Amino acid sequence: MKIKLKIWRQENATAKGKFVKYQLDDVSPDSSFLEMLDELNQDLIQKDDDPVVFDHDCREGICGTCGLYINGRAHGPQKGSATCQLHMRSFKDGDTITVEPWRAKAFPVIKDLMVDRSAFDRIMVSGGYISINAGSAPEANNMPVRKENADMAFDAATCIGCGACVAACPNASAMLFVGAKISHLALLPQGQPEAEERVLEMVNQMDLEGFGNCSNNYSCEAECPKEISVGNIARMNAQFFGAKLKSGKK
Amino acid sequence: MSNLAIRSISKKIITGLAGLFLITFLVVHLGVNLTMLVPDGGETFREAAEFMRTNPVIKIVEPVLFAAFIIHIIIGIVLKIQNWMARPNRYSVSNKAYTYWMSKYMFHTGIVVLIFLIIHLINFYFIRLGLLEPSNVMSDEHDFYNQAIMLFRDPLYSVIYLVAFVFLAVHLNHAFQSFFQTIGANHSKYTPVIKVIGTIYSLVISIGFAIIPIYFLFFYE
Amino acid sequence: MTKLDAKIPEGPLAKKWTRFRNTCKLVNPANKRKLDIIVVGTGLGGASAAASLAELGYNVKVFCYQDSPRRAHSIAAQGGINATKNYPNDGDSIYRLFYDTIKGGDYRSREANVYRLAEVSSNIIDQAVAQGVPFAREYGGLLDNRSFGGAQVSRTFYAKGQTGQQLLLGAYGSLNRQVHQGKVKVYARRDMLDIVLHQGKARGIITRNLITGEIERHTAHAVVLATGGYGNVYFLSTYAMGANGSPAWKAYKKGAYFANPAFVQIHPTCMPVKGEHQSKLTLMSESLRNDGRIWVPKKKEDAEKLRKGEISPNDLGEEERDYYLERRYPAFGNLVPRDVASRAAKERCDNGFGVGTGQAVYLDFRDAINRMGKEAVEAKYGNLFEIYKKINDENPYEVPMKIFPATHYTMGGLWVDYHLQTTVPGLFAVGEVNFSDHGANRLGASALMQGLADGYFVLPYTLSNYLSDELHTPRLTTKEKEFDEVEEQINERLEKLMNIKGSQTVDAIHKRLGHIMWDHVGMSRTKESLEEALKMLPELRKEFWNDVKIPGHQHGVNPELMKAGWVADFLELGELIARDALQREESCGGHFRQEYQTEEGEALRRDDEYSFVGAWEYKGDDQKPEMHKEDIVYEVTERKTRSYK
Repeated sequence: MKIKLKIWRQENATAKGKFVKYQLDDVSPDSSFLEMLDELNQDLIQKDDDPVVFDHDCREGICGTCGLYINGRAHGPQKGSATCQLHMRSFKDGDTITVEPWRAKAFPVIKDLMVDRSAFDRIMVSGGYISINAGSAPEANNMPVRKENADMAFDAATCIGCGACVAACPNASAMLFVGAKISHLALLPQGQPEAEERVLEMVNQMDLEGFGNCSNNYSCEAECPKEISVGNIARMNAQFFGAKLKSGKK
Repeated sequence: MSNLAIRSISKKIITGLAGLFLITFLVVHLGVNLTMLVPDGGETFREAAEFMRTNPVIKIVEPVLFAAFIIHIIIGIVLKIQNWMARPNRYSVSNKAYTYWMSKYMFHTGIVVLIFLIIHLINFYFIRLGLLEPSNVMSDEHDFYNQAIMLFRDPLYSVIYLVAFVFLAVHLNHAFQSFFQTIGANHSKYTPVIKVIGTIYSLVISIGFAIIPIYFLFFYE
Repeated sequence: MTKLDAKIPEGPLAKKWTRFRNTCKLVNPANKRKLDIIVVGTGLGGASAAASLAELGYNVKVFCYQDSPRRAHSIAAQGGINATKNYPNDGDSIYRLFYDTIKGGDYRSREANVYRLAEVSSNIIDQAVAQGVPFAREYGGLLDNRSFGGAQVSRTFYAKGQTGQQLLLGAYGSLNRQVHQGKVKVYARRDMLDIVLHQGKARGIITRNLITGEIERHTAHAVVLATGGYGNVYFLSTYAMGANGSPAWKAYKKGAYFANPAFVQIHPTCMPVKGEHQSKLTLMSESLRNDGRIWVPKKKEDAEKLRKGEISPNDLGEEERDYYLERRYPAFGNLVPRDVASRAAKERCDNGFGVGTGQAVYLDFRDAINRMGKEAVEAKYGNLFEIYKKINDENPYEVPMKIFPATHYTMGGLWVDYHLQTTVPGLFAVGEVNFSDHGANRLGASALMQGLADGYFVLPYTLSNYLSDELHTPRLTTKEKEFDEVEEQINERLEKLMNIKGSQTVDAIHKRLGHIMWDHVGMSRTKESLEEALKMLPELRKEFWNDVKIPGHQHGVNPELMKAGWVADFLELGELIARDALQREESCGGHFRQEYQTEEGEALRRDDEYSFVGAWEYKGDDQKPEMHKEDIVYEVTERKTRSYK
């Protein structure tokens, strides 16, 4: 199939970017979107052009490294999948595809389609864990967990940290990511002792990073490759509200 | 410093709570207004209005109501500015995710409702406060009933009001369910019910208010 | 010839680890603060090691090439993690896990290491649960288990098909906690380019900042490699695109022995290759073999019709299907170990029974759906079915999946002793990058177990034991002449790469390397194929160094330059794999030599001659490496012909 591409090219974080048009004449519908970009890059290198830089790693939809904004959709038109799981059969012969990087103040562009998502790591460092030293854990089955809660915690924990929620949100808000992380631990008994500090610290860090606010638009849920529910944002709101009422110091 | 700032979620919750207060207020307001439809030359309405004006509870609630409006508006604007700042470089292709379009326009519908609110206050409330002189007095005595008749006989005002109610409906429809999400109530069974109630509520309020100008424009003799 | 000392503690097998812990040297808390450790890699091994060492009080620097430590490829492990909890009350014990692992590894792993692994396996589950890893649970709220290939008990803990992700997020959480406390500093988007030795000990590394292109120096009292396997030498594999063998290869060139490189695991249940455009292969969890049945048509004519798309697999009746695993291995059926299942699939396809492109077999859930109902199948495997559907555009609830083996794991790796120390003092290796626990074949759900065992429970003891002798070793500055020398070599190499300005892209050469490796050093090897590979690889390497084309420049973001460095090392590593495969004139585990098979076509192990670890020593770029043998001595285990019949 023939594909026309309009790709955002930006030399570095401070440079002004622009769209550049490319054309590929022989794309296999079975190839993935990233394999199509590989092919483009092979062409560009052969033509002494600068290949398009984009982040990717596992290419099986779990590491969360890839993330492109394709024709107005975070991770492209296929529901519930990361960019690497998108295949060219989702497009039509002759289509023009516009590819942009995630755009958010908190995710500055590094080069072309590669962005810096270290803000997510800093949010996690601020409290997204349970404090337990290796060796000090009690016997695993000492604490039964209601299956329903364990399953909900798992669903929240499947977040791959790709940033599609931020990319898709009209406000570049990170609340689905943070909500999922907080919910994962808040739903488990192991997460209770630190629950209040955790939600306060993580929300604090989230705000410092410059993400927008949630306006309950739910684009995040619609575009999340793991289809994480906005119920997790509600849970975070409730947790935050509760912690705030109790804490008094912040 | 960061500890003094009001966190994103706090702002949302405050906006939501203020909004909830406004939602309740609208019900009362609609209730009073609908008495205009009683064909007794506005007697019932005047009584209702008089009750509202003199009731001590309402007197206390009134400043709270104004505060709620102001908080809701100011925080709404602050949130919007922050949201704009969170994405300094816009996408060239706007977002095509399948979501509630209404939610994307809360600010816009809110602004329209705010402008309407100002017009509405000028039309009615400022007169009561004595800030404005009632214009073109039809009867000897000025009251809201006569003011309404005068206003809505003018098709321009009726259309302005009716258009505003459409925006209000859109704003309320999202606002109602949004409030529950914001305070943390999201449930696989109840949330769909809440959404339906929200839609019914927003329709009842906007259609309810809309009946009044329509009544005065077309059916009042 | 150096005699390899595995430093295995004295005493009976079951007491060795306890004895080690009781007698190893310790470092007091005040001294720990004065000691720095570098950990390269942030997968299960690296993240757990870094977190645990920081918890003890050491200062830890962590490096990864990804943009975040949470993205390391452990995250992609699907099936589960083994542990000897014996919750199902089905007869499991430390000994049984130990024995299954030794047997699964075809009697080529070290008894003491494997026993220790089985011993600490339970602690891993406790640790993970305490971290909030949401393992699958039963309605009573207790942990659920499932069975896995190569075992007759249910000892695998799992979190749907995302166990690796959940365990890694747990370890990442522990790591973050230490970052928060200032004990760990994370250096993301760094490519480790070399290890720096000082007075014969590993004392630092040099990295390239993948954003700025800057060459950076880091010093420490010990270096831990947790950089995973080298399966991408085959180009197509289930590894992440960035998984590379370079840190291990640099270690090898600095004097660490490379053990059993020929032991590469080819996983039986991957999605088949579709075309040249393909960049990687996706695994379908082995757990699918619990309920799915593997088959090909009985008649070649049917296979041909299926390949041409003239008939659908559902058209074939029960008697026209050959459930070849159930036929050949009635005791284990579809649950035979990976190497056995992979070879059986290859055998069927080579003989003309393959479906799809000819290089695929069916994995069929029809019977499972009839037996358990579609909902139960969905609950168990729903996400895997979804992945399959997305990639192949076929609905596995209606049409059987097509699968084929693909490179998945490397049992071989840096030689380490019982302390997980390589032959370079102060250089340790944990997880897949070492060779120690899986012998010639790894059982399912054991990789996660090993990575975490090494990181949480083994290295903190053994590294402390090493560091107790380094208390008086002062911190190095990066000004030492050893750093200058290594950096100079690095710059030379980078400049050389940039200045080739040839005509072939890195990927193009990598693909050719992959073809040579898969065709000649793949699932089934012969003396001729290996010798052929040993001729072709140096030629390809020469071609690479004369004709590779790298765009851009050395400074700033340049993924092509990064990949070129990795492929340059793979080209050398591939040769060592072939050399080791040639040397090993037997069939065992993932290493199958066609000359050595039984009349029924099963692997023929030659314990008398090949019961050793082949550890290769680098002798210089123009010299052949030298192989050292570590004899595998079994005190407890009786070697049997591995039979899953």
